[in-house]
Order: sequence, then structure tokens, then C-alpha cells
Amino acid sequence: MSVVGVIGAGVIGTGVADNAARSGHDVILIDDKADALSRSLALIERDCRMSRLYSQVAIDAAKVLARITPSRDMGELAGCELVVENVTERWDIKRRVWEELDASCPSSTIFVANTSAIPITRLASVTSHPDRVIGVHFMNPVPMKSAVELIPGRLTSEETVSQTREFVHSLGKEAILVNDACGFVSNRILHLAINEAAFLVYEGVATPETVDKVFRTCFGHPMGLLETADLIGIDTILHTIEVLYEHFADSKYRPSPLLKEMAAAGLLGRKSGRGFYAYETLGRPVTGEITT
Amino acid sequence: MPDARLIIRTFISDRLPQVEFSDDDEIFELGLVNSLFAVELVMFIERTFDLVLPNEVITLDNFRNVAAMAEMIELQQAQAVRSK
Repeated sequence: MSVVGVIGAGVIGTGVADNAARSGHDVILIDDKADALSRSLALIERDCRMSRLYSQVAIDAAKVLARITPSRDMGELAGCELVVENVTERWDIKRRVWEELDASCPSSTIFVANTSAIPITRLASVTSHPDRVIGVHFMNPVPMKSAVELIPGRLTSEETVSQTREFVHSLGKEAILVNDACGFVSNRILHLAINEAAFLVYEGVATPETVDKVFRTCFGHPMGLLETADLIGIDTILHTIEVLYEHFADSKYRPSPLLKEMAAAGLLGRKSGRGFYAYETLGRPVTGEITT
Repeated sequence: MPDARLIIRTFISDRLPQVEFSDDDEIFELGLVNSLFAVELVMFIERTFDLVLPNEVITLDNFRNVAAMAEMIELQQAQAVRSK
């Protein structure tokens, strides 16, 4: 696919745009906020500079950025063969975006939903061609991950599955096929675990460092649960757990009060410079840790 | 300005308060930190020492331990002075 669209210049959208451009695709990056687009391009430039910290490969940031066209106009997506949607994990926002996307693009365009938990079939229902709608669950940091969940909706065609799998492979990733269900495999389990980890901190059972140390040292996880939460974004974690809670009506998904407080206070993790831990961010040093 | 080793060691210690490490300990090799932290180290060093690190020095080898980072900073500071 020569031209792909990416809607949403947040953490994941930025990663998808970066990965796609590095893989040789031209990218139209859409967001309704100009500062989000600027920040996204700055982050892509930074991550290209840092590429030799993750691998032996040096990446030319200028060449990558030259393939990305930022825009606030969804009409620019009309010429894209595939569009990846990565907006905020809220049904009202996604619905509005998907309706506008459906009106902007021809019926041949593949719509990829990069949702954390909303069933793909539900998203497909607001479009005029649900056979061209499919879910791909990209995880953070997108360029560094070797796999994604590939989630066909009930009406997704085999052709769409095949073409999307090819696109995923072009990004250097494996596509792991999962049936459509709220939260898929990854988030249904991971967010439950993160939510419980937040409860443990809230109840004073353990500090964030201790919770994470248990998982890193006892289970060999490369990153602890709360460090992962900071990486994903506390607001994203909260939105996803709320989607799971609403969908399953199961109290095991009741959001931890600590996650709600942190989201309300803007303690969103890496993206804001502070979550369960403090981080150095682009141009903004932050200190201190979450305490209860 | 305090010694570069002390500044870097303090930054890392603040993140790993329960871990003891020397300036020569390979913090990535030992699994004390991950490559995401390496990105933060780059940004911290550039901001604190008022440097723009050339892309070719941003490698895991130059950030492998406190001593290597301090040596890299000294070299970059010397080059910055020479180019003025």
C-alpha cells in the first residue's frame, strides 16, 4: 500500500505513523489539534534519533518525516488505501470519527480500528461497508513491537483480512488472529491485572516499585505492571477498563479509585511526565512519584 | 557545576532508590533499566549539560554505565568549546 492514513496523533497514532513511514509508506496523519500534530512530528524525530538505543539500525529522521503529511482535514484521506483510526477510547468520539471517515473515503478503503476494547463489529456497524472494517491492536511503543492482534469483525471479508495482514507484515510485525470480543486477548487480561495492581497501591498493600519488582523478578516480566500502565497512559487504561466494565457488567472490572484520581489530576504516565513514576519528557523535567 | 558522574548517578538513583550500583556497572546489561529509560537519559543529559548530542553518539554503548556517559559528555563539551 503506497498511501496510508492515520487518524489520531496521540501516542499510538504517532507510533503507527512512524512505523509506516519507516517501512516506506507515505502517511497522511490527521488530528483535529495542530499542537498534537506538531508534538507528534517532534516525537517521531526524537524516536528516529534514538533508534540505535533499541537496535543497531540508524534511522534518517528527515527521510521518515518527509513521508508524513500532517493535516486537520479528514477529506485528505480520500486517496488512502488503508486508514488506521487511533482516537480516544470513547464510543461517542469514535462514532463521530468513523461516520466522517465513511463519508470521506471510497468503499475500497480498508478501515483499521486500533481500539483498546470496543468490539470491531460495533465500530463496523456505523460504516456503509463493514466488510472493509478490521481491528488491529497496535501496542506501545509501536515501532518496537514485533506483533499485533488482528481482529476481524463479524462481517469482515477474507480479502480485507488478507490485505491487512500484508500491511502488518510490511511494518515488520506478526499478525496474531483473535476473534472479536471486548478487550480481545491482550487488554482483557492486562487491564484487569493493572487495575488490581492499582488497588494494591491504593490499599497500601505495596508501593508501585514493589508491585513491579514482584512481576519483574518473580515472573521475568521485562516491565512491571504499573510501569506498563504509565507507558500505555493512565487515561487510556481507565477508559479501557470502563469499556470492559460497561460491556461485561462484571464487578471485577470496576475501575480502581486510584486510576480515576490520577487521571483527574493529569498524572497520566509517560505522556504527561508523571504517573506511578516520574519521567523526563520532551522539554519538560518532572520529579516526584504518586503516593497515597 | 558538580561532577558529571555525580549528576548522572543521582538521576539514575532517584529512579532506582533500592538499587546499589557503581559507575562501572552496566545498567542495561544488568537489567536495571530498559531502553525506554535510555531515551530519558539522552533528554536529561542534553537538558542538564546544554548539549545537542549528535545522532552517531546516541548508542547503547555510550550509555552503558555512568562512567561511559560522563566520558561522552566531556568529549561533547570539549567539541562544543572548540567549535565556538
